[in-house]
Amino acid sequence: MTFLNFFISGISLGSIYAIIALGYTMVYGIAKMLNFAHGDVIMVGAYVCFYATSRYGLNPFLGIVIAMIICTLLGIIVERLAYKPLRQAPSLAVLITAIGMSYFLQNTALLLWSSNPKVFPSIIGRGAFKLFDGELSISHITALTIGACLVIMAVLTLFISKTKMGKAMRACSEDKGAAQLMGINVNATISMTFAIGSGLAAVAGALLCSAYPTLMPTTGSLPGIKAFTAAVFGGIGSIPGAFLGGLMLGVIEIFAKAYISSQLSDAVVFGVLIVVLLVKPAGLLGKMTQEKV
Amino acid sequence: MKKVLVCSLLVLAMSASAFGAAFKIGGTGPLTGGAAIYGNAAKNGAEIAVAEINAMGGDIQFDLRYEDDTHDAEKAVNAYNALKDWGMQISLGSVTSKPAEATAAENFSDRIFALTPSASSAAVTEGKDNVFQMCFVDPNQGTASAQYIGEKGFAKKVAVIWKNDDVYSKGVRDTFVANAGKYGLEIVSETAFADGNDTDFSVQLTDAKEKGAELVFLPMYYQPASLILAQAQAMGYAPKWFGIDGMDGILTMEGFDKSLAEGVMLLTPFNADAKDDKTQKFVKTYQEKFGEIPNQFAADGYDCVYAYCQALAQAKATPDMSAEDLCGKMIEQFTTMTFNGLTGENVKWSKNGEVTKDPKGMVIKNGAYVGLD
Amino acid sequence: MTMRRLINLKRVEARRIYLTYAIVIAAYIICQVMSSTKFLSSSMRGMLVPICAYMVMAVSLNLVVGILGELSLGHAGFMSVGAFSGVAAAVLMQSVIPFAPVRLAIAMIIAAVFAAAAGFIIGIPVLRLKGDYLAIVTLAFGEIIKSILNNFYFGIDSQGLQFSMLTDTTRLLPGGKLIIKGPMGIGGIQKIATFPAGFILLMISLMIVFNLVNSRSGRAFMAIRDDRIAAESIGLDITKYKMTAFVMSAALAGAAGALFAMNYSTIVANKFDFNTSILILVFVVLGGQGNMLGGIIAAAVLTILPEKLRSFSEYRMLLYAIVLIVMMLATNNAEIKEFISRFNPFRHKEAE
Repeated sequence: MTFLNFFISGISLGSIYAIIALGYTMVYGIAKMLNFAHGDVIMVGAYVCFYATSRYGLNPFLGIVIAMIICTLLGIIVERLAYKPLRQAPSLAVLITAIGMSYFLQNTALLLWSSNPKVFPSIIGRGAFKLFDGELSISHITALTIGACLVIMAVLTLFISKTKMGKAMRACSEDKGAAQLMGINVNATISMTFAIGSGLAAVAGALLCSAYPTLMPTTGSLPGIKAFTAAVFGGIGSIPGAFLGGLMLGVIEIFAKAYISSQLSDAVVFGVLIVVLLVKPAGLLGKMTQEKV
Repeated sequence: MKKVLVCSLLVLAMSASAFGAAFKIGGTGPLTGGAAIYGNAAKNGAEIAVAEINAMGGDIQFDLRYEDDTHDAEKAVNAYNALKDWGMQISLGSVTSKPAEATAAENFSDRIFALTPSASSAAVTEGKDNVFQMCFVDPNQGTASAQYIGEKGFAKKVAVIWKNDDVYSKGVRDTFVANAGKYGLEIVSETAFADGNDTDFSVQLTDAKEKGAELVFLPMYYQPASLILAQAQAMGYAPKWFGIDGMDGILTMEGFDKSLAEGVMLLTPFNADAKDDKTQKFVKTYQEKFGEIPNQFAADGYDCVYAYCQALAQAKATPDMSAEDLCGKMIEQFTTMTFNGLTGENVKWSKNGEVTKDPKGMVIKNGAYVGLD
Repeated sequence: MTMRRLINLKRVEARRIYLTYAIVIAAYIICQVMSSTKFLSSSMRGMLVPICAYMVMAVSLNLVVGILGELSLGHAGFMSVGAFSGVAAAVLMQSVIPFAPVRLAIAMIIAAVFAAAAGFIIGIPVLRLKGDYLAIVTLAFGEIIKSILNNFYFGIDSQGLQFSMLTDTTRLLPGGKLIIKGPMGIGGIQKIATFPAGFILLMISLMIVFNLVNSRSGRAFMAIRDDRIAAESIGLDITKYKMTAFVMSAALAGAAGALFAMNYSTIVANKFDFNTSILILVFVVLGGQGNMLGGIIAAAVLTILPEKLRSFSEYRMLLYAIVLIVMMLATNNAEIKEFISRFNPFRHKEAE
């Protein structure tokens, strides 16, 4: 039973990584850019949601909607000011700009909201589903996170495969030059990707802080890096890959803590990542692109 | 906006002293980054003390400056050097342990006296005659906790959860574990966490629960502790909890469900709910100026400035003295004087800079601290 | 570098190398004179050694990122290996070699050897991967190194060297000394790193890197960077060349780590985290990939900048972030670059 309980803890943690990883992987898949500021957009989303619900007493789900709107706007502004001018620049330059943006968001949050940790109100209470006479319990927030992951995955997949915008996104991801020649507005498509990714970050922020309820200006950065690892683990650019990668990373982390060493769990997690990448160099579900001469 | 206004008033009050002769007092601490809570609290506490002392208009006037070290030894030395360029005469060291170890070495070689509010690692003062601490040194907290738990008979089987990449947490854990046996405690479970995996504690709590720990010792700051308490409740585990001074602040976290901390015991030198005038006045001023309830870092910062004020007055020091002259006088005073502050009565310092004051055992009842004895 | 090889280089290339050496030497002399005449503030004097260490880190990472064309996100890990092995070596040698500069030099060499060994071990799996996957694996190794060092205990007593992992089980005999104390790192370090030592290390790094770049290996590196498949098809042993560059880069990072660590009385593994790796990457990208002088200047500017922003108190790091973003935009946006280059007096010559 302990084993199963650990497994469920791993799934809870993993579902959080997964929902953050979805945002990373989508932006990477289409804009081919590692957006290191994603974790900080999550933090902003969580703060907006916190203030909407705790200070202004709004319904938590309304709070999430407000956070989504604000984060989407933030994503569009950040993209317009910092990333768009670098469309032609080497990808490393954009990476560094994203890191600059991450510092910027963290320090703005510090000035606006102070460094004191805040306790995030859970959006659906702290209850749990009990199974086997209470031997096993799955908290409501975990169930909600996994549900949200699945819904978001389904919607994103449908959006990308069925709508016109989605097709444009896929075209940009395959070949920007050719997409442009086919009359696709590449700039607008990439901006749209950022907007959606940032909106998702708000949801991720609310769920992250509902599950692990303290909120600080640095809240997003470390889960952000873990989620980035999860996205690579699953095959970066692949939406189901991000989900699978996130869950697996969470489970491996909990098992490493429980059965190997709580002190070395990070080393074990990253060790497994390396082994997986050596066996499957494009991640679990990533597509290996064959280089043409 | 209100905060900005108050801050600028504060700056005015402090710079007013700059017209007359004032002692230049400087410190470094994490004002940005993940540890910013501690640095800002100590800085705010010290600012209040300086504003109060300057407003009294006595012989001792201060000019205070805090520099950001982002909880990093390299940046702390940079910040220290910037303070030296400014003309710092006496120092508040650094707020956190590792940076304080680095700046203490500079204090020692430059002969600038330092009294750190909260850097509690033993290595900060070790081998330096002019570096003093306002807070308990980590090893003492570990021993005192083991002794307290053992002598009061709170538990026999104890679990420890500590933060493995943190000097403070590790320092307390080491002496706690080393001394537990002496006071009849059996450590049945020992688990750790680190930055980056400090959100999920199910493994640590399950281990403690399965091994039958009656009490869980939490040598850490209040932010991870609040997560541990919430997760333990969710899994229906209700042991006794015992924290150290870093636990102080848990009740004042915005949005914290105080019922989670019901029955938590901690050793802390400061209690924002204390009824004495000194504490109440400090808490009130702090809340007016910064909109938050002060924690022990703020109280330590406040006490440091008052301790300096007392020592300088007793030594009949004047602001035109050099840092080196002041250093000699301060060593003389701090090793002989007795100080009464927010964080303790009859506080004394040993020759090697360690403080002796009685840790107060507290228990949280109905969302407030109550003395344990 | 031999004279003949320099003459054989293209004149532009040779000029750039001479210019780099000249600027570094001139900057050193100016700083040294200012420092000895007390013209330099304590704040600046305190930063001389770390700036040298960061410059060497920039040169070292430039070899991987700029010349080899592979992204590394875990370079601070090698710095960490160097810092810990170098300081431990210096402590052990304290009684044997009382003369500090020699002890520092030997410690840096030992640090370089350990970091090179780490680079070799890590290079075997890493160099089989490409692009962003290689980057994430270097990040992973950086984190693993940090995690291991946070749990590593190392001491010496009359029976020799003692190691342990997770908890301190070294059980040193009386008179023994615990040097590396897990998460508490190393404390009470003798600060023997000096600015001249930093300058010499930087010059040696530059010589090694320029020599490597303008040799057969260097041309192979660039061929691999520009077109891996073409390079492979003409029979270049890609793995060997990549490994050479990677190990060399790790060794330099290790030496820089030892220099850095011995400028402070204490060092912990957490110092060399992802953020430090990123900081070094920023030097390289801002200075221009493959441009050694650019990286060196960027290292100096970005180390001094946050100190100079202290007067802005709480807005300091916010301004730093803004300056960083603006600098990236200014150096990489085609329109802005075009606008700036109008004021560049050398513009005509380069156009030729």
